[in-house]
Amino acid sequence: MRILVCIKRVPAPGARIVVEPDGQTIDTANLGFTISPHEECAVEAAVQLVEQHGGNVTVMTLGPEGAEEQLRHAVSVGATDAILIPAGERDWDPQATARALTDAIGDAESDGAFDLILFGNESADSGGYQVGVRVSRALGRPMVNGIKGIEIGKGVVTLRRETDGGSELYELPLPAVVGVKEGITLPRYPTLRGRLASKKADVRTFEAGEQPGGQSMVALANPPEQVKQTVMLTDAAAAVDVMEELGLL
Amino acid sequence: MILAIVEHDRGTLNELTLQALAVARDLGDVEAVILGSAGAGLAEELGAHGVSKVHVADHELLADYGPDAWAETTRQLADAIGAEVVLAIGSDRGNEVMAHIAARLDAPMVANVISVTPGEDWGVVRVRWGGSLHEEALVVAPLKLLTVAPHALAASEVGGPQAEVVPFMPSLSDEGVTRVIDRATLAEGITLATAPIVVSGGRGVGSAENFSILEELADQFGGVVGCSRVATNNGWRPHSDQVGQTGTRVAPDLYIACGISGAIQHWVGMMASKKVMAINTDAEAPMVTKADYALVGNLHEIVPAIIEEIRNRRG
Repeated sequence: MRILVCIKRVPAPGARIVVEPDGQTIDTANLGFTISPHEECAVEAAVQLVEQHGGNVTVMTLGPEGAEEQLRHAVSVGATDAILIPAGERDWDPQATARALTDAIGDAESDGAFDLILFGNESADSGGYQVGVRVSRALGRPMVNGIKGIEIGKGVVTLRRETDGGSELYELPLPAVVGVKEGITLPRYPTLRGRLASKKADVRTFEAGEQPGGQSMVALANPPEQVKQTVMLTDAAAAVDVMEELGLL
Repeated sequence: MILAIVEHDRGTLNELTLQALAVARDLGDVEAVILGSAGAGLAEELGAHGVSKVHVADHELLADYGPDAWAETTRQLADAIGAEVVLAIGSDRGNEVMAHIAARLDAPMVANVISVTPGEDWGVVRVRWGGSLHEEALVVAPLKLLTVAPHALAASEVGGPQAEVVPFMPSLSDEGVTRVIDRATLAEGITLATAPIVVSGGRGVGSAENFSILEELADQFGGVVGCSRVATNNGWRPHSDQVGQTGTRVAPDLYIACGISGAIQHWVGMMASKKVMAINTDAEAPMVTKADYALVGNLHEIVPAIIEEIRNRRG
């Protein structure tokens, strides 16, 4: 089976994000970059499906030239083909992103459709929750988000989504689109062989024109810092006093 | 007019919806849609939250949740009543349904707004990075599709009269419609997302086995155990226990963070907690400086001591 995973380059989670004085971009000088966490797990899930059922994994990203690093990382853990849609340093809006991805997928499918296209549930940085759904609609394929389990059957895929205290199952006909959540599986580390393959890999470029939608960013801002007077407790008894005061005991 | 989606699971209200209604009220007259007759019983309480009219959509494809049927029904209703805004809470389902509506209309959708300013172009402030960054944006569209960031605004009753309840019959085809075909219950009763007390552990806990003292502490108040991303990545806890931007969002009465440094990725998942108590060896850790209460020291000594103290006081 052929699987496509759409990924995004984002600053490593946990980093302190500082907005530049112009309010338009974030200060990236001290930031490391990674594949957005849900998508990192989607890549791993795709590689495992291919190990189980045969086939290959293609990764695609829309982003700055530096995003080639994330495509090569995906190759180092098992993807075989990589496609970059150059978009400069500034984020494209969700509609523009979806339109460009749809065009690039159409181009990549000239020799046959992907059985499965995986997205992350939402990107760690902009968190728009929509690009995958827009692409699925444009391609006329079914999609469910928030997926933590994928099983391939005969012409169908069974998807598991966690809810508060339980899980829901969905069955979609292939080809289908899936929004994956972190926790579906743990990403592997690249092997030495994988690293070598990723260095040699040919990253293809697909040029897509930017077709903006109806949402435009005006400015970014760091929310006001919460100033909190932390009460320092001296021992366990003081902690239990607090629990009593809060009426928890 | 504002059309708000009332999120429910086979008749059980997602209480976060009421937060979205608080935002909707500020924008104009609010009507609501309940998708599926299983949720019809929820209509009564919506008047108190400022809803003037409730549309109960009924169709066999709405018997259980499905993003396509929910989105298509809402789109048809918004069109029929001339809504200017469709709004939902920014939950998994809320964001998913809104994205499907947006994709059908090829219209912009703004996820997780915390404020909305109507005008010729609408100004919104939305959260990025799970809440650690704010984005001011403009929306240009005849129908504005918005989800409201959970816990950004408190739900409140405004004591309005009982809402008028009217049926709505959508025209749906079952072709290409995805919906729940089966479900499993993993846990009964209190879960991470609803627990009044969460005892959470991070790198400082050190191993899967060491989480047993956190379990024991949580058991003292019928709480549940959560964890940071480090604990999940080390295989100490399942991902379903993870609190944070890519895990579960919690808002308990008390969040006890044991050996968690408090990276922003974790913080955004528990910042809605009413009170936070940090137990950490590092007095400079962000979790300690941002907590309401902090105990600086070794959690492997402090947590058992707290358990013992609770038992002593209870006799």
